[in-house]
Amino acid sequence: MKLAISIAGQSLDSPFDARFGRAESFCLVDTDTGAWTTHANPAQSASGGAGVQAAQFVAKLGAQAVVSGAYGPKAYDTLSAANIQRLLAPGKDACSAADILASFTAGQLIPADGASHGGHHGG
Amino acid sequence: MRIVVASGKGGTGKTTVATSLARVAAERDRVRFLDCDVEAPNAALFLHPVLDSHREVGIRVPRVDADACTYCGRCAEVCQFNAIAVVGQKTLVFDDLCHGCGSCTWNCPEQAISEQLAVTGVIDSGQTAEGIAFAQGVMNVGQTMGVPILRELKQWTAAPPPVGHDLRGRALEIRDAPPGASCPVVETMRGADFVLLVTEPTPFGLHDLKQVVAIARELGLPAGVVINRDGIGDDAVAAYCAESDLPILLRIPMERRIAEAIASGQPLVEAEPRYRPEFQTLLEHIVAGVNA
Ligand code: SF4
Ligand code: SF4
Repeated sequence: MKLAISIAGQSLDSPFDARFGRAESFCLVDTDTGAWTTHANPAQSASGGAGVQAAQFVAKLGAQAVVSGAYGPKAYDTLSAANIQRLLAPGKDACSAADILASFTAGQLIPADGASHGGHHGG
Repeated sequence: MRIVVASGKGGTGKTTVATSLARVAAERDRVRFLDCDVEAPNAALFLHPVLDSHREVGIRVPRVDADACTYCGRCAEVCQFNAIAVVGQKTLVFDDLCHGCGSCTWNCPEQAISEQLAVTGVIDSGQTAEGIAFAQGVMNVGQTMGVPILRELKQWTAAPPPVGHDLRGRALEIRDAPPGASCPVVETMRGADFVLLVTEPTPFGLHDLKQVVAIARELGLPAGVVINRDGIGDDAVAAYCAESDLPILLRIPMERRIAEAIASGQPLVEAEPRYRPEFQTLLEHIVAGVNA
């Protein structure tokens, strides 16, 4: 499956970025083959609604799950509408996207599920 | 003609000046008064209008018809505010991000979007005993965007006077601006003819004055200054006005009686009628300055 990890940099060895909407970029990893690409986050400097824009961006990349440090309510709603699984990795210890991938493979990441912030609009 | 009364910060006596100007003007002219401080309107306390009309206003937010939508994503692409998202076979609208600009509706190739009024506030209007047409915008609690209400407020038109009522004097509009120097202040000034700046002769007063002057200059509006609590502080404000070509149109001295009247919510001309001629002169200076 395709996993998007918020990072600060341009490779699998780049540090994990705990922010979602304002992350510098996303590392998209195929968890079956290990192939990866990185994509600059167009929402990084959005004046508002960065989470919404970033969520649509990872949806377009075809991600089925994302890993970040936290999700704002609008990012959460948009990701969940796109059926993208939201996973949390603690941002306090410096780690790389590769470390996150290893935690994911080991099944150590927690889904961000408690956050339910109102319903969806517009169908 | 439209006169904005502004000040960089609250508590400079802006409202007492604005309402005094309105009272004096209403003796001869047709006056409409707009309280543009939509977060905390208080000019009604000074002018005592009978507010018998209330209209809900807001922004038009998009609603997507799921049967007509093809999920092409065009709406999300054109929205500068990321207020509408299209993911897979779903659209989401975030009302609190939406500015009601209408771009999404306009650009939808399927005409799948209709607009719905999201109420953000109310416009109260009525008349004072002196015949001043009065309106204020009041933003709903929790709302953060004052500008849409301000736009509506500026467009408000008073009910026409009864037939036979003589249309004497000039048509004057006085806008009491919100404090500060942010978007709502810019919106209040937009379309006006003159900006009257109320300040205090202190370093803080000067700092805030400069910010508001910058907005007026940016909009190309002539401006003049009223110094309130004259006598406290220093001469820096007067020096700045001289070097910036800003006329000082009125000085209100620091006196306990004046300060008390202002604190109790009275127009200065009501608390201290000796100021009536001064405000008449102020008004004529403004009108003459604009028409010059
Ligand atoms: S532009 Fe119209 S058809 Fe396309 S996704 Fe938006 S609402 Fe649907
Ligand atoms: S009306 Fe404007 S701000 Fe609101 S969703 Fe549509 S495009 Fe975005």
